[in-house]
Amino acid sequence: MTMEAPLAEQPTLQREPVLSLRGISKNFGAVQALTDVDMDIFAGEVVAIVGDNGAGKSTLVKILAGVHGPDAGTIMFDGRRVTIPSPAAARALGLAIVFQDLSLCDNLDVVSNLFLGREVSDFTLNEEEMEKHSWTLLRQLSAKIPSVRIAVASLSGGQRQTVAIARSLIGDPQVVILDEPTAALGVAQTAEVLNLIENLRERGLGVVLISHNMADVQAVADRVVVLRLGRNNGDFRIPEVSYEEIISAITGATDNAVTRRATAHGTHEGSDS
Amino acid sequence: MSKNKTTAANESPAELAADVLDERLIRHEGLGGAVRAFFQRVRGGDLGSLPVVIGLVLIWAIFQILNQNFLSSNNLVDLTMQSAATGTIAIGVVLVLLIAQIDLSIGSISGLAAAILAVGMTQLGWPIWLAVIVALLAAIAIGLLYGILYTRFGVPTFVITLAGLLAVLGLQLKILGPNGSINLPYESWIVQLGTSMFFPPWAAYALAIIAALGMFFSDWFRSRRRVRAGLTGNSVTLMFIKAGLLLALLLVAVWYLATTRGVGVMFALFVAFVVIMNFFLTRTRWGRAVYAVGGNVEAARRAGIKVNRIVISVLMLGTLFAAIGGLFATGRLTAATLSSGGGDTNLVAIAAAVIGGTSLFGGRGSAYSALLGIFVIQSISNGLSLLNLDSSIRYMITGAVLLLAVIIDALSRRSRATHGQA
Repeated sequence: MTMEAPLAEQPTLQREPVLSLRGISKNFGAVQALTDVDMDIFAGEVVAIVGDNGAGKSTLVKILAGVHGPDAGTIMFDGRRVTIPSPAAARALGLAIVFQDLSLCDNLDVVSNLFLGREVSDFTLNEEEMEKHSWTLLRQLSAKIPSVRIAVASLSGGQRQTVAIARSLIGDPQVVILDEPTAALGVAQTAEVLNLIENLRERGLGVVLISHNMADVQAVADRVVVLRLGRNNGDFRIPEVSYEEIISAITGATDNAVTRRATAHGTHEGSDS
Repeated sequence: MSKNKTTAANESPAELAADVLDERLIRHEGLGGAVRAFFQRVRGGDLGSLPVVIGLVLIWAIFQILNQNFLSSNNLVDLTMQSAATGTIAIGVVLVLLIAQIDLSIGSISGLAAAILAVGMTQLGWPIWLAVIVALLAAIAIGLLYGILYTRFGVPTFVITLAGLLAVLGLQLKILGPNGSINLPYESWIVQLGTSMFFPPWAAYALAIIAALGMFFSDWFRSRRRVRAGLTGNSVTLMFIKAGLLLALLLVAVWYLATTRGVGVMFALFVAFVVIMNFFLTRTRWGRAVYAVGGNVEAARRAGIKVNRIVISVLMLGTLFAAIGGLFATGRLTAATLSSGGGDTNLVAIAAAVIGGTSLFGGRGSAYSALLGIFVIQSISNGLSLLNLDSSIRYMITGAVLLLAVIIDALSRRSRATHGQA
């Protein structure tokens, strides 16, 4: 992982961020879900968004996906100020979102799922073109799917996640947002998905990874953005930050001297015994 | 690490087509392979239309043993003509079931179409084509209304169409007026279509040959496109055998039916509707969207499919086919009555779709299930009336067959799940 740090630093210094959020706020009735959230995503970089339940991660994803509109703040994409009024608009911009609950159609085969909603068609479907493209894409992702003509229901969890991620790449997006891609996956399958995420980075895409799993975050992310109670609570470069620091930013322990002391005391005691 | 893998995959031998590169894939080649693949599919619970076909053969065999007239050419011609009207309604039911909705008002709508046709023709003096178009437009408008109610207010179609069943029935009675029954002139083409319009044998043979050639060339062109795209093509022998079997089946059927009256134009229209809808369902974006909406509506929405438009279009097609079926039935009965589209029309059409293999839970099924399902139901009903058994027995037996079909569906679903083909 340390070898990847300089790679990730370069774009941050030289290039404009591909996606940039400034002062994003959103409330649902009396609940302020997001307050003044800033975030930058660069091409060829994996950014993890972490935070406790209710920290606003899902709301942020939904704003980027065009499900909700922000109440305040600006979204810059590729240097232009944009609004994302609908899921279709997000796609058209080049923002692809892989949702937590997969959203695949179990009754359709892999090719149909990959191209769902954007089939290659001139009156009749061009199945051959789609199948060919599917194979190319799956090979590029080193995906282990034996046949693209079997129903998605018969694939394993990791394979289904692979299909879901591959689908997000069909429209040549610039940024891929993955919402809990490794939740409910086994060890080997999680590793497969993490490989896939690295593969996306190597293709020069900006990747946003939303995860509760710190091991996954530390394994693949270049940068981690912490949200707490709807506000930014830290932006760390993975090689320079410890597990404990991230956790305390998530739980808010950094705000509290007593907690910090108690933690320090705890570790001290631990090393003593 | 993953980079190495990527290049390795790209360097894999180019001689193999893209879809058979994976060494874990069990390949089935040639005729023997096709037969083995078929048996493997069946064992895995992917029964397709096999249970229906076996059931149909059994039913025909039993009735033929009980009554020598059952498989007579004359009776089979009757069977085809009886199947056409309700079968056409069942096409609409298949479409609606595919998006995991249901339309309970199809019977009333077919009755309404009958009433509009009869009143338009006899009392208002409209030409038949105008009456037909008005009837179809009325049905489409009702489907549109259902669709708007469903998409705007989110009321389940079960309830909307239950309300529609009553309301449309009322409309039908209102249009028919106090007489309650209107006879159609026997010379009109709509009645001729329903009773005595048959293809001359040469035309029927020509249609059979065109159908078989059409299937062969469609397979052949598809195979050629696949090879050109770097995928495996299908074996030409297999395509020949498939098309040859279809041709033989159709020619024998046409020849046998032609020994008496022949192939009814109404029945041919029904089959044509089935083939056309099958084409739209399997080969167009609209059809793909229909299956997606039935399989996982949220996924379809997130994939950018305009779910509301798909639902509305399907509900409109459902009522449209109900109306066409109603017109066919009117032509066959030569009258529109208070009971047109009443009685068991609703349930027979829905049962036909389900018996034919369309899942009640959406996303699974094909247009051909309307054809197969209505054959099963009409064969039972026709056979029992040949045996002089009254409708009480007919209803009970049809109910039992429907139950059996649903049990087979549930069992094959379980088998698909354990064999990883859900």
